[in-house]
Amino acid sequence: MADEALFLLLHSEMVAGCTAPAEQGEGENGRCTTKLESMGFRVGQGLIERFTKDTARFKDELDIMKFICKDFWTTVFKKQIDNLRTNHQGIYVLQDNKFRLLTQMSAGKQYLEHAPKYLAFTCGLIRGGLSNLGIKSIVTAEVSSMPACK
Amino acid sequence: MSRSPGRKQENHKISRELFVLTYGALVAQLCKEYEKDEDVNACLDRMGYSIGIRLIDDFLARSAVKKCRSYSETADMIAQVAFKMYLGVTPSVSCNSVTGNEFSLILDKNPLVDFVEELPAERASLCYCNLLCGVIRGALEMVHLAAEVSFLQDRLKGDAVTEIGITFLRKSEDRRHRRN
Repeated sequence: MADEALFLLLHSEMVAGCTAPAEQGEGENGRCTTKLESMGFRVGQGLIERFTKDTARFKDELDIMKFICKDFWTTVFKKQIDNLRTNHQGIYVLQDNKFRLLTQMSAGKQYLEHAPKYLAFTCGLIRGGLSNLGIKSIVTAEVSSMPACK
Repeated sequence: MSRSPGRKQENHKISRELFVLTYGALVAQLCKEYEKDEDVNACLDRMGYSIGIRLIDDFLARSAVKKCRSYSETADMIAQVAFKMYLGVTPSVSCNSVTGNEFSLILDKNPLVDFVEELPAERASLCYCNLLCGVIRGALEMVHLAAEVSFLQDRLKGDAVTEIGITFLRKSEDRRHRRN
C-alpha cells in the first residue's frame, strides 16, 4: 500500500525532528519521547472514533484488547499482533515479532538504544485509542531484539 | 477471508486517515513550539524535503514509469501518477508561462485538510500543506530537476481551490556540457 510508505517516512521525520534539537542530556531525550507520545495520543483518539463507528459495543476489557490486537493493528500496521498475554488483573502484553516501524532499522541488536523513540508514537496511539474507549491506561514498550517489540 | 469487499475499502480509508491525523498532530505540535508562521512553514518544508528525497525511490520502484522528456510530461506525471498513488486525488495541470517551465497543480479536494475546518485567527499565514511543497521539491531534485514549489492559492485561506505552483529552474549550461 502506497500510503504505508508515506506514513513510515512521515513518522521517521517526526522522530528526527524531535530529537535533532534535543541532543544534550537524558532530560531532553525524555521530553522528545513525551512529545511523540502526546502526538500519538491525539491521533489514537481520533482514529479509534472513526474506526469503531460501525462496530458493536465491546463486552469487556479483554474484548477491547482483542479488537486492538486484530482489527486495529491490522489496519494501522497491516498485520495482527503475534501474541497477547494477560494476568487477568489489568496487565496486558502485546507482542509483535515484526514491528513495521522497526523492520527497516535493523534485525538484531544494532541501534537498540534508538528504538524507544520509534515506539513512543505507537504507545501514544494505543493509549489514545483506549482512552476514547473508556479505559485509562499506561502504555510502555520494550524492545529486546529488533524488530520484535512488546 | 470472511470480510466483505466493503471492509477493505474502509481499511484503505482508515490508513489514509491515519496519515492525515498524524500530519495534523504534527502541525499542531509545531505551532506550539514555534511562535511565527514562517518558522512553522520552513520546518514543514524542510521535513517535506527529507521525505521527498526518499519518497522518489519508492515512487519509481512502484510505478516503473519511463523517463520524462519534458517539463510538462513531468508535471503530468506528478499529478496523474504520484498524487493518485499517494493521496488518492488527481489534480489538474495547467501551464502558466510561454517558456514552458511554470506549471500549476490545481486540487479541488485536498485530503490533508479533511479534518481541518479553518485556520485559527492568529495563524493566518500558515501554509498547512507546506509539507507537500517540500516533498515535490525534494523528489524533483533527486531526479536532477531543480524547481521551486509553493502554494499559489489555498482553500484554507479563503481561495476557491488549492493551487500548487511548480517552477522548473532551467539549467541550460549543464545541457550544453553534456552535448559536448
